Amino acid sequence: MSVTAARVEPSIAGVGDYIELMKPRVMSLVVFTALVGLLLAPGHVHPVIGLTALLCVAVGAGAAGALNMWYDADIDARMGRTAARPIPAGRLARGEALAFGLTLAGFSVVVLGLLVNVFAALLLALTIAFYVGVYTMWLKRTTPQNIVIGGAAGALPPVIGWASVTGGFAFEPFVLFLIIFFWTPPHFWALSLYRTEDYVRAGVPMLPVVAGATETRRQILLYAMVLAPLGVAPWLLGYAGPLYGVVALVAGAAMLGLAFRVRAEQGGHAASKQMFGFSILYLFLLFAMLLVDRLSAGSFGLLTGHLAAGA
Amino acid sequence: MNDTADEREPETGVRLTEQQQRARRARSIAIAVCLGLLVLLFYIVTLVKGPGVLERPL
Repeated sequence: MSVTAARVEPSIAGVGDYIELMKPRVMSLVVFTALVGLLLAPGHVHPVIGLTALLCVAVGAGAAGALNMWYDADIDARMGRTAARPIPAGRLARGEALAFGLTLAGFSVVVLGLLVNVFAALLLALTIAFYVGVYTMWLKRTTPQNIVIGGAAGALPPVIGWASVTGGFAFEPFVLFLIIFFWTPPHFWALSLYRTEDYVRAGVPMLPVVAGATETRRQILLYAMVLAPLGVAPWLLGYAGPLYGVVALVAGAAMLGLAFRVRAEQGGHAASKQMFGFSILYLFLLFAMLLVDRLSAGSFGLLTGHLAAGA
Repeated sequence: MNDTADEREPETGVRLTEQQQRARRARSIAIAVCLGLLVLLFYIVTLVKGPGVLERPL
């Protein structure tokens, strides 16, 4: 990683630049999966405590995003998709992003520990540390398995949501963890198939760069073959209803179908782009159905059911 | 005497441009709002938890 010269002039960074540092779109998916973990957990939590937990997860995710942009500023500057981010665009100094990220990380973990519970706070700290220290600073630049192993950080939010209610760990959130974990590689490899030049320019050893497109397409199919049955597991294991089961079956079949199309694609990237887009919808659908399932089973909604029972 | 000295010596140090001043003001307001919300959050959670606010189960 090259180190850019320190900026001496006062900052012109606006509030919007800091919000952009927090990767709000990624944050929204993180908060959503954490919400599902929180609502699926047995027991009750007061709505204020539940919302505090989600706020801390959101801020923690923002901290991880800011620290990622701090460390990867050199890579971001060389990739078309990320060149307009606040640091490479020159609107914000790296030191500002570092200070911002560390502050948010500290506050999110401490507040979660003080107001919710210590176990959830430790999990949040682990998630941020794993994303920044293991994925961003180590794996991303050294191995094509970067997003496979690093995906564990993105898979932890539902576990944090669960832990916010129970103060512990269980098999159910572990299945949610596995779903996101096995969803991550086909999602990012589909993207990297049609952004390979970007990754080559940035020197990031994504799978298509290191092993070629054919091997990447094969790996996408393999992961989709694991993901599709995993997606149905919450229904088979009895903690999601038949509506979830049907949606997971159909969406899983669609993921597999797309993975076969990506595998068969010769030149062009239409299937890869479809796979990338659909994979986001797939994960959202699965977690949304878990949410619908939970809210419709014995409760009448967020405020009158699970959360308010702890009031 | 002092006024005369001030007039003679050019100001030293960092002089912010208008854009920098606007950005700094916006950041300051954002920090103040966030801190205010944090205080409010602690206040509400204290009301919600009551004396149990000091119990922090692992």
